[in-house]
Amino acid sequence: MFKFKSKWLLPLALILAAVLVLAGCNNTTTVSTTQTTSPVTTTQTSVSTVTTTTQVLVGSFKIIGSNTITPLSSIWAENFMKTNQKVNIAVSGPGSGAGIAALIDGTTDICQASRAIKTTEIDQAKTKGVIIYEIQVATDALSVVVNPANPINELTFAQLSAIYTNQITNWKELGGNDAPIVVLSRDSNSGTFAYFLEDVIQMPGLPTADKTLQYGGKVLMLPSTEEGVSQVAGNANAIFYSGLGYVSDDVKTIAVKKTANDASVKPTVDTALNNTYPISRPLFYYTNGAPSGVIKAYIDYCLSPEGQQEVLTAGFVPLAK
Amino acid sequence: MAINAPEKLVLSSTNAAVLNTGLKRRLRFGERFIEGWIFLAGMLAIVVLLGIIFILLKEGLPVFTHTNPWDFLFGGKWYPAADPAVFGIAPFFVSTLMITLISTVVAVPIGVACAAYLSEVAPPRVSDTIKPIIEILAGIPSVMMGFIGLALLSPFVQSLFNLPIGLCGLTAAIMLSLMSLPIIVSVSEDALQAVPKEFKEASYALGATKWETIWHVCIPSALSGIAAAIMLGVGRAIGETMTVLMVAGNALAIPASPTDPMTTMTSAIASGIGNAVRGGVQYQALFAIGLILFILTLAVNIIAERVLERQKRKFSR
Repeated sequence: MFKFKSKWLLPLALILAAVLVLAGCNNTTTVSTTQTTSPVTTTQTSVSTVTTTTQVLVGSFKIIGSNTITPLSSIWAENFMKTNQKVNIAVSGPGSGAGIAALIDGTTDICQASRAIKTTEIDQAKTKGVIIYEIQVATDALSVVVNPANPINELTFAQLSAIYTNQITNWKELGGNDAPIVVLSRDSNSGTFAYFLEDVIQMPGLPTADKTLQYGGKVLMLPSTEEGVSQVAGNANAIFYSGLGYVSDDVKTIAVKKTANDASVKPTVDTALNNTYPISRPLFYYTNGAPSGVIKAYIDYCLSPEGQQEVLTAGFVPLAK
Repeated sequence: MAINAPEKLVLSSTNAAVLNTGLKRRLRFGERFIEGWIFLAGMLAIVVLLGIIFILLKEGLPVFTHTNPWDFLFGGKWYPAADPAVFGIAPFFVSTLMITLISTVVAVPIGVACAAYLSEVAPPRVSDTIKPIIEILAGIPSVMMGFIGLALLSPFVQSLFNLPIGLCGLTAAIMLSLMSLPIIVSVSEDALQAVPKEFKEASYALGATKWETIWHVCIPSALSGIAAAIMLGVGRAIGETMTVLMVAGNALAIPASPTDPMTTMTSAIASGIGNAVRGGVQYQALFAIGLILFILTLAVNIIAERVLERQKRKFSR
C-alpha cells in the first residue's frame, strides 16, 4: 500500500499546487478588479467626534497619458501621497493619445493630455459608455529648442512648418550654418506631436494655412521627450519641440513669431501667462464622468494654490486666477 | 500496474479480488487523468498558437475594408492620425528587410568563424570558457542593447560616416548583429561538433592543413546546420523591437540608404499601439502589420526547422 501511495503523492501534490495557484490568481484578480472599479473608497474614521472632521482618504488610481505632463503629475502625486499615506497613485506617460485610448478602454482612472480630446475620440468613448469630463490643470508654452551652438534665434510659423515638412532641409536657407537640419519630433502617441501638427505645421489662422500638411518623411519620431532634448544637446544641427518643463540649460529655446511682421517671443512663464507667446496650450486631465472621492480630492489639490505653485516648479505655467 | 503483484501475494484470495478490482479501477482512472493532463499541457501550445493566429486575423483583416491590400503593402505613406488616415507599410517593410539583411551580413561571417574556432581550433579549456560567455550575450535584455547603441554606437557611427545624426538603420543593424551572434555561434558550433570525426581524420590523413579541413570539410558538411543557425539569427533580427525602436531613428520615409533613420515593422507596432483605440482603424492596421510580421517569422522558422531536420538526417545514417 505504501508504494501505491507514494506513486500518487507527486501527481496529487502537483494538482494541489495547481489548484492553489489558480485559486491564488483568482483571488488577486478579484482584489485588483474591485480596486479599479471602485478606486474611491473614503472611510470616515471619526464620525462621532464633533471637533475633528478628518477624513482618511484610502484608495489607489492611475494617471496615464501625456509624456509632457508626467513630471508635473509625478510631483503632484508624490505630494498628495505624502499627505495621504493610504492613497496610491501610479503615473505613467506613454503619450496623450495612449492615455485617451486607455481612458476609453477603461484601463486608467485619469488621463493626462497635452492636447484637447478630439470629437471622434469623444464619440468612441460614448460607444464604450465612457463620459469624458475635462479639467484644465495647467498651461504649457510649447518650446522649440536647438543646440546652443546654432546661430538661429527666431523662426516664423511658416519656417517651422517648412522645416517639419522637409521643405527646408538646410540651416543655410534660414540664415544659419551650411548644415543639414536634423528634424526631431515625438511619435504619434504624443499629444505634443498632434498639437504641433495642428497648431504650427498646418498654420491655422494664417493665409498659408493648409490642413493637408503632415510631418515629412525624414523627421525622426522619438519615443520620449527626454531623448529628443538630449539629442539636441549633443547635436549642433538638431531641432526639437518640447514642453517648457523639459527645457534644460543644454539647449536653446527659439523665439517664435506667427508671421515675419510680428514680434518674436521667447517661451517663458510670463509670455505664456500674458498670452503673447503664440504656441501656448492648455494641459488637461480627463476622467470618466465628474471625479469623486479620492480622485476629486487629488484634482482639488492640483488646482489649489499649493498645487499651482508646483506647476511653476515643474516649469509649466499655472492657471490664471 | 506492476505494483499489484506483491499485494496479491500478501492478501487473502477473496479480499484481494475485491480490493484488486477497486484498485485497478482507481489506477485506471488515475492513469487516464494524468494522461489527459499531459495531453492538455501539450495541446495548450497549439491552442495558444491558433488563438494568436485567430486574433491576428480577426483584428487585422478588417483594415482591408479601409485600405485595399495593394495600397497597404506598397503604399509609401503612414499617417494614422490624419483625416482620413493613410496606411502604407512599404517604408516599414523596406526598413525591416534592410536592417535584417545588414545585420545578417555582419553577424554571419563573425558567427561562423567564431563557431569554427571554438569547435575546431580552440583548446577545450578555451572553448569551454568562451562558449558560456557568448551565450550570456544572448541573455542581455534588449533595452540594455538599446542603451548601448544610443550612448556608444550612435555617436561612433555618426562621426565615422559623417552623418547628421547617429540614429539610423545601420546603428540598429549593428546592434542586432550583436544580438543574433550568440544564436548563430551556438547553433553552428553544435552543427560543426556533429561532423563525424572520420571526415576530419580522413582530411588530415590526406595532408590537409587545419584551415583546409575547416573550409573544405567541416563547414560544407555542417552547412545545413549553419544555414539553420543563420535563419534563427534572421528570425531574431526581424522580431527584435526595443533596440530598433531606440536606435533606428524612426523616420517615416522609405529609406534610400542604410544610414537613413528608419522605422521597422516591429517598432511601428510598438510605437503606435498605445495610441490606438481597441477596434479602431489604426488598431486594425497595426494588427495587420503584426500578421505580416508573423507570416515572415513563421516562414523563416519553418525554413530553419526544415534545414535543421535535413542536417540531422544527414548524419543519422
